[in-house]
Amino acid sequence: MAAMDAGFFRRWLTLAAAAVDRDAARLTDLDSAVGDADHGSNLRRGFTAVTAALDADSPDTPGAVLQLAGRTLVSTVGGASGPLYGTLLRRTGKALGDGAEVSGEELRDALRAGVEAVARLGGGAAGDKTMLDALLPAVDALPDTAAARAAALGGAEATVPLQARKGRASYLGERSKGHMDPGAASSALLIGALDEAAAGQDGTVEGDG
Amino acid sequence: MAERARVGIVLVSHSAEVAASVAELAAGLAGGGDLAPVAPAGGTPDGGLGTSSELIAEAARRVDGGAGVAVLADLGSAVLTVQAMLAEGDELPAGTRLVDAPFVEGTVAALVTASGGGDLNSVAEAAAEAYDFRKL
Repeated sequence: MAAMDAGFFRRWLTLAAAAVDRDAARLTDLDSAVGDADHGSNLRRGFTAVTAALDADSPDTPGAVLQLAGRTLVSTVGGASGPLYGTLLRRTGKALGDGAEVSGEELRDALRAGVEAVARLGGGAAGDKTMLDALLPAVDALPDTAAARAAALGGAEATVPLQARKGRASYLGERSKGHMDPGAASSALLIGALDEAAAGQDGTVEGDG
Repeated sequence: MAERARVGIVLVSHSAEVAASVAELAAGLAGGGDLAPVAPAGGTPDGGLGTSSELIAEAARRVDGGAGVAVLADLGSAVLTVQAMLAEGDELPAGTRLVDAPFVEGTVAALVTASGGGDLNSVAEAAAEAYDFRKL
């Protein structure tokens, strides 16, 4: 993938917000099976606030875009996905530093740092039926964003038979099996939006206003 | 040393009512006299169930007298939000600590200790010891 600037990262998050908006009902349905049925509405509120924050204050580096988005998610989501996604984006943004453009490899390494921060915060690991099950394989597949998208989706689908070991769903024990983890599902949307943004990089007129 | 600052206490719950009621309960059980400052940070700003980093930051600023702030949280996003804020370094007053303790019992122990002039370590230890109060 080509070098990515602040405009690319804004498009990524705008596409992620659109995907969350489109799939909010599905995310909430998944959460009603194992949690408190607010994942879709919480994330929609958060990502709506992210697009508004990016419109109001146009950060001019990739790192600053992600840090603003992460801060906004922590303060607006209201559920556990706020600090988890907020940490993911802020740590990734911090790891990107303050360069005006980043390469696919730099994004991969920064995202890995972000995912590791999420794992530390939540105390989770691969196979616990969490967002990590989508994010870890996605990071491994980068900088190929199409492969990352497929890996995230595959990781989310692979959470269906798992028993939850973290969060509210873990109280359900065996009954948490048979449903896709809502956090893995929303993480797959986020990585899918990254691939959409990358696909739009070639052949589109940069309209960064 | 008449007016030494005391450790402040912030109560983070998914529910505004739970946070406020635990603050009231702890103040009642801590006895009369001059109590250390306690501030509830429950629910979301619009009154729903959840966690608000804005309410948490505001409560911590309100109780911060320079001796540190002990934060007790109920579960899930309340714990994660405080941890995420602490990890950023600049969102909570210096000397703010998330205390690993049961919410109700830990708050009573923390408030008694803080009101008696205990420092942040003592408050955190007293709150954590509440895990050992077996009921059977």
